[in-house]
Amino acid sequence: MALQTYASPMERIWHYVYLTLCTLIFLFLIAPILVIIPLSFNAEPYFTFTREMLSFDAQGYSLRWYDNLMTFGMLAPDAPRDMAWFSDMWSNAKWVNAAKNSVLIGVLSTVLATVLGTLAALGLARPEMPFRRLIMATLISPMIVPLIITATGLFFFYSSACVPQGSWAHKLLGPFLSSSGCLANTYLGVIMAHATLGIPFVIITVTATLVGFDQSLNRAAASLGANPRVTFFRVTMPLILPGVISGALFAFVTSFDEVVAVLFIAGPDQQTIPRQMWNGIREQISPAILAVATLLVIFSVALLTTVELLRRRSERIRGLSPG
Amino acid sequence: MASPLDPHAAVVTEAGGLPPEAPARDAQAARAAGLTTADGKPLKRALARASRRSRRRAFLLVLPLLAFIVITFVIPIGQMLHRSVHNDGFSANMPQIGAWFAQTEPGTAPDEAAFAALAEDLRLAAEERTIGIVGTRINYEMSGTRSLFTSTGRKVRNGLEPPYREALLALDKGWGDPALWTAMRTSSTAYTDSFYLASLDRTRDDQGRITQVNENHRVYIMLFMRTLWLSALVTFTTFLLGFPVAHLLATLPLRRSNLLMILVLLPFWTSLLVRTTSWMVLLQQQGVVNDMLIWLGIISADGRLKMMYNQTGTIIAMTHILLPFMILPLYSVMRTINPAYVRAARSLGATSWTAFRRIYFPQTLPGLGAGALLVFILAVGYYITPALVGGASGQLISNMIAEHMTRTLNWSMAAALAAILLAGVLILYWVYDRLVGIDNLKLG
Repeated sequence: MALQTYASPMERIWHYVYLTLCTLIFLFLIAPILVIIPLSFNAEPYFTFTREMLSFDAQGYSLRWYDNLMTFGMLAPDAPRDMAWFSDMWSNAKWVNAAKNSVLIGVLSTVLATVLGTLAALGLARPEMPFRRLIMATLISPMIVPLIITATGLFFFYSSACVPQGSWAHKLLGPFLSSSGCLANTYLGVIMAHATLGIPFVIITVTATLVGFDQSLNRAAASLGANPRVTFFRVTMPLILPGVISGALFAFVTSFDEVVAVLFIAGPDQQTIPRQMWNGIREQISPAILAVATLLVIFSVALLTTVELLRRRSERIRGLSPG
Repeated sequence: MASPLDPHAAVVTEAGGLPPEAPARDAQAARAAGLTTADGKPLKRALARASRRSRRRAFLLVLPLLAFIVITFVIPIGQMLHRSVHNDGFSANMPQIGAWFAQTEPGTAPDEAAFAALAEDLRLAAEERTIGIVGTRINYEMSGTRSLFTSTGRKVRNGLEPPYREALLALDKGWGDPALWTAMRTSSTAYTDSFYLASLDRTRDDQGRITQVNENHRVYIMLFMRTLWLSALVTFTTFLLGFPVAHLLATLPLRRSNLLMILVLLPFWTSLLVRTTSWMVLLQQQGVVNDMLIWLGIISADGRLKMMYNQTGTIIAMTHILLPFMILPLYSVMRTINPAYVRAARSLGATSWTAFRRIYFPQTLPGLGAGALLVFILAVGYYITPALVGGASGQLISNMIAEHMTRTLNWSMAAALAAILLAGVLILYWVYDRLVGIDNLKLG
C-alpha cells in the first residue's frame, strides 16, 4: 500500500501510524513463538532472560533441558551412554515414549481420515449427490463442536461400547480393545477420535481442490477406454493430490496437537506429546517444556513450508499462479 | 463439480422427472419420452435409471465416512444428550419408595407407608451394595446427603422394627427434612430435567415449583454469561487487531504480502499448547513482559503486574490464538475488493475516512462476518487455554464441564452443561452456514 502523492499531511501521519500499528500486531503474532526458542537454552531454571543470556555469555546458555527431555523417566539416566543407555531411553524415557505415541496415533488417524475423507469429498463433489448440504454440515461438525463436548461424548461412548469376552467380535477386535473389552484407554479409541477430528480438514481442502477440477477430463479418459479405477488413479488423483496432501497434513497436525480428547479417553499407555506437556505445565513447570515447545515450533515451520509449497504447486498446475 | 455448462448433466436433470412447472420443460419432457435409446427403451426411463445409478454411486462414496462419523461422533454426542436427562441411580435401586412417590402428589408429607418403603429399599440397597450409587444421585440434588445414605445403610442391614418413621428418625434426624424428600421425589424417575434446571441455577422447591437456588450457589448462569462476554470481547479484539493487518496484506503486492503472510500462518500452524506456554512464560510475574516493563521504567520492581491466572491472561492468550482465524477470511475478501471504487469516491470529493466508512468497509462485511462467527464459535468452547492461564476468574463453561467430568464425577451435570453449550454452538453454526456457507470455509 503506497502513499499517494496527493496525500494530505494528516493522511501522511495516519499512514505511518498505520504501518507502526501493523508492525506491532505482527510482533504480537510472532514474538511469543520466537521468544521461547532462546529461553529453552537457559542454563538456569528460569523463564526469563538472565543477565548472562543478555550479555551473550556462553555460561548463560546450555543444552541441559534438551538432555533432560531424553532422560526424563529413565531407569538409569546417569549411566554411561552405551547401547544399554539407549535402549533404556527408547523404552522408558517419558518424552521419547510420548513422541512415539504421537507419531503412531498421528499417522494412523491421518491415513484413516484421508482415505475416508477423500472418498467422501469425491462423492460430495458430484452434482447428483443427494442431501449434499446436510451431509456436508454433518461431516464438518466435528471441527465446529467444542472439543470438550466431543471428548465428553466419547468418554461415555468408549466406556460403554464394550464387546463381551468370547464373542466373535471380541475374537476379531480383542487385541485392539482394553482388558475389559472396551474402547476406553486403547490406541484404537484415540486413533478413531483423532481421525474424526481430522476429517473436516480433509473434506474442506479436497473439496476446495475439486471446485477447480474439470470433470470433462474424466469423461475424456473414459472415452479413451479407461475404466473408472484407471481414470481415478491416472487422471483424477494426480490433479487433486496437492489438496489431499495438505488435507492429510492438517489432519496430522490436528492429531499431533490434540490434548482434550486424549485427556478424557486415553489411558497411561497412550501418553502423547501434548498430554505430556499438559502434565508438565500443570504439575512442575520446568524449562524442559520450552525445549519441547522449541522442537514443536521447528516442526511447524517445516509443515508450513510443505503446505506453502504444495499450495503454490497446485496453483501453478491450475494456472492460477501470479508467477 | 456441478456446472451449468455441463451438457450431460443438463439433459439428465431435465429428463429425470422434475415436477412439471414450466410448460416449456413439459414439452421437452414429452418429446424426450417419445424418443428411444438404441436398444428400444424409452429415453426418459433410461435417463432416469442412469441418474439414479449415478446418485447411488455418489452416495456410496460418501457412505463409509458417514457411517464412521455416525459411530464415532453422532452416537457419542447422542449418548451424552441422553445422559443429561437420564440418571437411574436412585430409581433403579429404590423401587418401593419410587412407587410411593408415583402414587402421591408432589408436596405430600411422608407418612408411615413412605417410611416403611424407604426403610425396606435402604435395607435392600445396602445388601446389594448399591447404596453408594443411590446416595450419590441424591447428593447431586442436595449436597452433603451421600453420607446420610451410606451411614444409614450400614445400620439398617439387619432390618428395622416398625414404626419405621421413629426408627429412621432415631438413626438420623436428617430423614425428616422436607428438602431431602423433595430431592428423593425428583430423583425417583429415571428421566429428569433436574440437571438442566441446575445448569440454569434453578431447582424445585418442596411443592414441585421451579425456583432459583440460593444466591451463593448460583454459578452456572454467571459462567455462561462470562463465557459469552469473554468470547465477544476476544472476537472484538481479534477484529481490532486483525482488520489493519488483513488490509495491509491485501493491498501489498502479492510477493511481499506472501512473505508477511508467513507471520500469520506460523502461529496458525504452531501447537496450541506451545502458544499457551509462551504466554505463560511472557506473562509470569517473573516473566519477560514484566522484566521489560521494569527495564523501560514503566513499572517499579515491586509493582510487577499480575497478568496471568486471571481474565487478562485468558483474553490475551485467546486473542493471540484466534487472531489468524479472523485475519484469513478478512484477507481473502479484501483481496477481491476493487481499489477503483475507493479512488472513485475520493475523486468525487470524499475524504479518506468517508471513503473508508462508506465504500471500503461495507465491502469487507462478508469476511468480517465469517471471521467473527468463526472466532466466536471457537472461543465459546475453549478449554485448554483458560484452564492453564485463566486462574479462578478466567474459567469458562468448558472448564466447568471438565471439572464435573474429572473431579466431582457428576457426569449427568457435565452432560447437561455440554448440551446447552452444544445448542448454542449449533445455532451459531447454522447461522454461519446460512451466511457464509460451510463449503466456503478456507484454511490457509
